[in-house]
Order: sequence, then C-alpha cells, then structure tokens
Amino acid sequence: MNLAFYISAAVAVVATLMVITRANAVHALLYLIVSLLAVAVVFYMLGAPFVAALEVLIYAGAVMVLFIFAIMLLNLGPATVRQEREWLRPRVWAGPALLAVILLAEVVYIVGPGRGPAQELPTVGARKVGAALFGPYLVGVGLASLVLLAALVGAYHLGRRERPSGRGGA
Amino acid sequence: MLELLWLVPALPFAGFAALALFGRRLPRNATAAVGAGSVGLSTAAAGLVAFRFIAWPPPGEAWTQVLWSWIRTDGFASQVALYLDALSVVMMLVVTVVSFLILLYSVQYMAGEEGYSRYFCYMDLFVGSMLTLVLAGNLLLLYLGWEGVGLCSYLLIGFWYTDPANGRAARKAFLVTRVGDTAMLAGFLLLFTSLGTSQIQEILSLASSRWPPGSATAVAAAALLLGGALGKSAQLPLQVWLPDAMAGPTPVSALIHAATMVTAGVYLIARTHVLFALAPAVQTAVAVIGAATLLYAGLAALAQSDIKRVLAYSTISQVGYMFLALGVGAWSAAIFHFVTHAFFKSLLFLAAGVVILRLGHERNMLKMGGLRRALPGAFAAFLIGSASLSALPIVTAGFYSKDLILYEAWSSPAGGRWLWTAGLVGAFLTSVYAFRMVFLTFFGEMRQRPVERHGSCMAVSLAVLSVLSVAAGLIQLPETLGNAPVLTHFLRTALPPSGAAPAPAAMQAMLQIVAGAVSLAGIWAAYLLFLRRPEHAQDWLRTRASLAVYRLWQAGWGFDWLYDRAFVRPFLRLARANRADFIDGFAEAVARANIALHGALSQTQTGRVRWYAMGIAVGAVVVIALVVFT
Amino acid sequence: MATVPLEHSLILAAALFVLGMAGVLARRNVVFVLMSLEIMLNAAGLAFVAAGSRWAQPDGQAMFIFILAMAAAEVSVGLALVLLLYRRFKTLDVDAASKMRG
Repeated sequence: MNLAFYISAAVAVVATLMVITRANAVHALLYLIVSLLAVAVVFYMLGAPFVAALEVLIYAGAVMVLFIFAIMLLNLGPATVRQEREWLRPRVWAGPALLAVILLAEVVYIVGPGRGPAQELPTVGARKVGAALFGPYLVGVGLASLVLLAALVGAYHLGRRERPSGRGGA
Repeated sequence: MLELLWLVPALPFAGFAALALFGRRLPRNATAAVGAGSVGLSTAAAGLVAFRFIAWPPPGEAWTQVLWSWIRTDGFASQVALYLDALSVVMMLVVTVVSFLILLYSVQYMAGEEGYSRYFCYMDLFVGSMLTLVLAGNLLLLYLGWEGVGLCSYLLIGFWYTDPANGRAARKAFLVTRVGDTAMLAGFLLLFTSLGTSQIQEILSLASSRWPPGSATAVAAAALLLGGALGKSAQLPLQVWLPDAMAGPTPVSALIHAATMVTAGVYLIARTHVLFALAPAVQTAVAVIGAATLLYAGLAALAQSDIKRVLAYSTISQVGYMFLALGVGAWSAAIFHFVTHAFFKSLLFLAAGVVILRLGHERNMLKMGGLRRALPGAFAAFLIGSASLSALPIVTAGFYSKDLILYEAWSSPAGGRWLWTAGLVGAFLTSVYAFRMVFLTFFGEMRQRPVERHGSCMAVSLAVLSVLSVAAGLIQLPETLGNAPVLTHFLRTALPPSGAAPAPAAMQAMLQIVAGAVSLAGIWAAYLLFLRRPEHAQDWLRTRASLAVYRLWQAGWGFDWLYDRAFVRPFLRLARANRADFIDGFAEAVARANIALHGALSQTQTGRVRWYAMGIAVGAVVVIALVVFT
Repeated sequence: MATVPLEHSLILAAALFVLGMAGVLARRNVVFVLMSLEIMLNAAGLAFVAAGSRWAQPDGQAMFIFILAMAAAEVSVGLALVLLLYRRFKTLDVDAASKMRG
C-alpha cells in the first residue's frame, strides 16, 4: 500500500515540475490537473477519502476549469508561447531554484527522520468531517462563505467591461 | 512718600507702552502730551521722593523698594528692587529734569518730522531704562537698564532710517558699546560667582571684607567693569562711536550722548567704587585713561567743522574729566561735574539745534556766521553754555566742578602733578574749541540766512537750562568762595571722600586762580585766532606738516582707520571665506546622507510583484534558519 | 490502511510548496504565477491533511476545506484581475504593472 503513496508522490512532484516549466499555458494546466489528481490519491492513502474527492471535484474540477476559461478569454496564441520561451531563460531559474533548495533543506531538517514505527492510518470519513464542520468549525464555515461571497462580488465588479462612455473601471 | 519711587521709572515705561500701541492713531498734541508728560510726571515724582529723602533721611541713609521677585531658582535669585541713596537721588533728579526739558524742546523741534510718535516712544523707553539703570539695586537690573539704553541709542541714532549712513552709525555705536558690554557682563558674572550675590550693596561689603586690596579677583572684576564703562562712556579706546552718533536728531544727541547715557559708565564706577578702591592699579588706569581721553578729544574737537561733532568730542573730553576724578578717588567731584555737564552740554546741544533747524538742517560751522543778531535767544544760550563748558571763573557752574576736579587731582593721594597738568591743558583746549564754535557760528559775516521762527517750548527749555548752567555751581562752593560743599556733604553717605588732605586756603585759591586764568587765556586765544585775525589760523595750516596734523585730529586721530584695518577687514575676510558656512555643512551632510540613503532604499521598491515575492521568500528562509539553527 | 510516516508526507508537501514558490518567483506570465500559487496552496493543504490523519482527527480535513474555499475565492478574484491587467497593459507580463516603483 505504501508503494502507491510513493508512486503518487513522485508523479505529483514530476507533474508540478512540468507545470512550472512549460511555455504553453494549456499544457501547464493539464500537468497541474495531473498533479492535483496525484495529490488526491495521496489523500486517499492517508485515510482522507472525503477531501480526496473534494480535491478532484473542486480543485481539479472547478478551479482548473476557471483557469482554462480565463486562458481562453485571454486568447493566448503562439506569440505567447514564443514570448514565454524568451522569458524562460535558464538564468532566470538560478535564484528561485537556490531559494527553493534551501527552504526544502530547512524543512527536511526540521521534520527530521521518522521517529519510531509508523502507525496505522485509520480512515476519517465524511461523516466525521461533517460533524467537525458543523460543530467546532461552524464559525469558520460561516466565514468561508463570506469570503466566497466577497470573491463573487469582487470578481464580478472587476470583470465588468468598461462602458463605452469611458466611465467605470478598475 | 518714598513709596512713590517705583513711579519714577514706571511712568516713562507706561508712556512708551502707550505710544508703542497707540502712537500712530493719536494726534500730534496727544503724542507730545503722553511722551513728554509721562516724563514730566516722573520728574514730579522724583522731586517728591528726593524732597522726602533729603528732609527726613531714612535709616542708614539708604532705602530699598522691592517690587517683585524676578528670578528664583536654586542657587540664583534676583528681585526687581530699587535702591535709593544719596547718589541715586542726585542721578535720578538730573536724569528726570534734563530729560523732561529736552523732551519739551523736542515737542517743537521734531514737529516737522515723520515718525513723531516713534520718536517719543523711543525717548520714553530710553528715560525709563536710564532710570532703571541708576535706581537698580542689583547688577542684573542694572544690566537690564544698561542694555535698554544701548538699544534706544541704536534706535534713535538710526531714527532717520531711510538714509543708510544713519543705520551704519547706529550699528557702529551698538557694536562698539557691545564690546564694552561683554566685558561688563563678564565682570558681573565674576562678581556673582565669587561672592554669591547680585545685590550691589552686598557685593560691595562682601568684597571689602573678603578681598585684600590688589587681589587678582578684585583687579579682574574692576578691570572688566571698567571695560563696560569705557564702551558706554566713549572713552579711549572705545570712543569711535560717539562722533558718528551725531547722525541722530539733535535732542537725541543732547539727551543720550551728552547728558545721560554716556555718563552711565561714570555712574557704574561711582556705584562700585569699593571695587575700584580694592584695585588701585585699575583705579590708576581709570585716571590715566580719563586724562588721555580729555586731551585726545580736546585736540580732535579743534579740527572739526560740523558743530555737532565738536560737541561730541567735547562730551568725550568732559567725560574724560569725570573719569579723571574717579581715578583719583574724588567720587563726588565726578558726580558734581556730571551734574553741571548735563546742564551745560544739553544746553549747548539744544541751542545748536535751534541754529541747525533755522538754517535748514545745516551743520557745517564754516557755512555759518554772524547769527548773533538773527538768533539772539540761541546766541545767548549758546554763549552761556560755552562759558560754562570753558569753566569761566565764578559765574558759571562749570568752573566750580572743573576746579574741584583739578584740586582733587592735585591734592588727592592717588592724584599727581601730571594728571593735574593734563587737566589744565585740557581746560585750555576746552576754552579754545568752545569759543571757536561761538565765534565761527555767531560772529563774522553771515553766510546763510535763517528761516522760520519757532515757538516757545524750545525757548523755555533753553532758558531753564541756561539758569541751571549758571546756578548749579552753587550747590558746591569751595572753601575760598563761600564754603558751601552741599553736594559732597550730601553724597558722603554714598561716596567716601577722596582722602585728600585739606590744603591750606592759599593753596586752594592759587589753584583756582591758575584754573581761571587758563580758561580766560583759552577764550582770548580763540578770540585772536578765529575773530580778530582769522588769517593767522589759515596761515598755520599752510605747511604740509600742520595740515597733516589737522587732518589727523579731524579724523579722530585715525582710530576709525585703525579699527577698520585691525578688526573690520579681517572679520569680513573671514566671513567671506566662510561663505559656504562649514558648520552648516554638518547639518547639510546629515540631510544629504539621509537623501542618499533614501535613494538607495527606494531602489528596492521596484514595483514588481515578483521582486516582492522574492523578498518574502528570502525573509522566510532567513527567519526559519534563525529559529531552527539558533 | 496505509502506514506512511508523517514526516514523508510533510516532506512531500514541502517539496510541492517549494516548487510552487520557485514558479512564482521565476515566471513572468501572470497566469503561470497564479498557477504556481495554486500549487503552493495545495501543498499547504496536503500538509494539514497529513497532520490530521496522523492523529486520526477530522480537523486536518476541515482545514483543507477552508483552504479550498479560500483558494477558490482567490482564484476567481485573481483571474478577474488578470483580465483587467490584460485590458490595461495589453500584456500579461507581471512586471508591466510596476507603477508602485520608487
């Protein structure tokens, strides 16, 4: 069973790597979806089937689709690809890669090698999660809904086309 | 009735305040009434106080009126306290009477001028400050009055400020007296720090009990106070400002630069005479400076053609006599000469003012002449004043005061033959230049016709001062001529006698005859040189050498030239070199460093999102590293 | 079910997070920056879920749901801003919007 975990982990990492290095936006998005699916598998391995489903449904399903819509609206064509290739000289990766490596090293150091034998990871089902959400995390749920409302209103307002008279705007 | 003392300086200050606030809106009459009237009321108050003091002297012959507590801190306290003793009474009376008469005169003299209320405002401030000076009970209050009169001198010399030359003269006066004032302040601080008090009487008694005669502190303090006196009283080497101060209106010259402010130095030395008695070296210096100055100024006065400049040098010379008296220990004689000098010098200035005004602001004597029939009143006044100045025997007040000084110079233990001789030569010179003025202005052919009559106010002042110039001598008659030493007797409570052994009457009479003869000889010489045979005087100036000497005397013996080369030019050179102001450079360097730092830091604000994200990432890495690895 | 040590999950989350961060820093196209941001959020959520499952509590998953909601909100607003950026500057270069410079 653990093997599935490690394979999914590898897939996720490789897919993410591909996401950040592609010049074509749609390709990158597809790789991102792959990465998200792999992470969903990891969730399942960890005994969290509910969020695994959520990951696929919402993250890969809704958010990524939103991305694709936006890219379609932006009409990024081959010119964009050429531009991306221009912008993606290897030199650009030097600083970020260095920072990334250092940060990873730090976290690995903090987390450290495993102490003691690994335990069984029981499944925490949707029922328990729901009970938690309606119980201790009720306020959080309310706040999250407010955030979504705010995002809705904001996105609507920001996305409005400018009137031909020149009024309205950012 | 002694409680009225505070009114004496307060009334002129009130006049000043009223005129400063409302002067512009008042009509001329009201301004004159406030300006001169406040001083008049002050004179009346002074008279009442003096009467009470003389008739029923307070215990100890001194009285202090504490008005309020001025400064009160740990280690230093000062009150506004007025001190009344015999010396204060004399000074107060002379200052108020002379000021009132001069202000009365100015009501008409300044009638045609712009800035009428400004004039009276400054004059009231001056009178108030001068009275504060002479009535002050502690050094801080005295210094306040001292600075006040200095300020008013500046304001009034530069009264006609639209002409930049007047401003220069005013600044010169202020700067030169400032040199003396700084020395005086240093002296005050020395006295305060070594004796712990600023009350004058306490200082004098503590000094005489603690300091042995000739001790370094006493000499230092006395020398510094002398420096201050030299500045204000225009003695060598700080006398250069007084001739130029004649740029101000004539009543100003009369009041400030003849009768009162220039005698502030004399008053200071007389008031602190104990300190000078403790420092015989400094006291000798006072006498020597006095003698030198009176000769210097006498010769310089001979070569002036501006009538006011002659009177200015004459003032310097007569104050030199007062310093001579102080230097030989004849404190009361100096005050006596101050009294008579106040009367006859202001009389001379006011009479000269009439001449100047009637000739349309003409001051050059060489352009005057033959005015005695056209201006009889002014002529009479001027004649009386010059006679008193020349110490015409017996009939003038000047004779008695100058004679007393010469007598003391001869017989006082601190005096000497040389000082007496200097005084005698000076008396001769005085007569010569005084009557030179009379003959050049009022005799000979008339070169310019006088215009416009003036009213009676000026005549009243001239008349009163003429009477005083003659009669004031009566308050101090020597043994041989009536033996009524009223003034010295009155002043003995404040000023000790000089310690001169009383000479036999024959000796006194001899000295008086010599003095009188010298004075008459001077008048005769002036008559010969300037009236009978004016060509002789011209002949003497033919040779190159004598012309050079004449020019030297006219330029005040070249002191202006010397100070210009020695002080003014190097200072200006230094100022020009420091034009970039290197001290300001420090402040500017700070500002520039700040701006540079700002520039450097604002480079980090690129406005690019990824840059900021990089900043966050680096920060996170660093903080985590710090937390984890330390 | 599985017996994966917590540390390994956390290291996976860290790796994904770090990759996302590198993407944010290195890419100039704003859409890619947003994508990398999503990666980072996802990684954070993974860390939460892993921690929650270690203790067999639903709290980790609840946190993940919140993160998800927040990510969705952020994406919608972010993409609206991307559209605005494109309309204003006619380019998707994130460096073009540097008016706050200086």
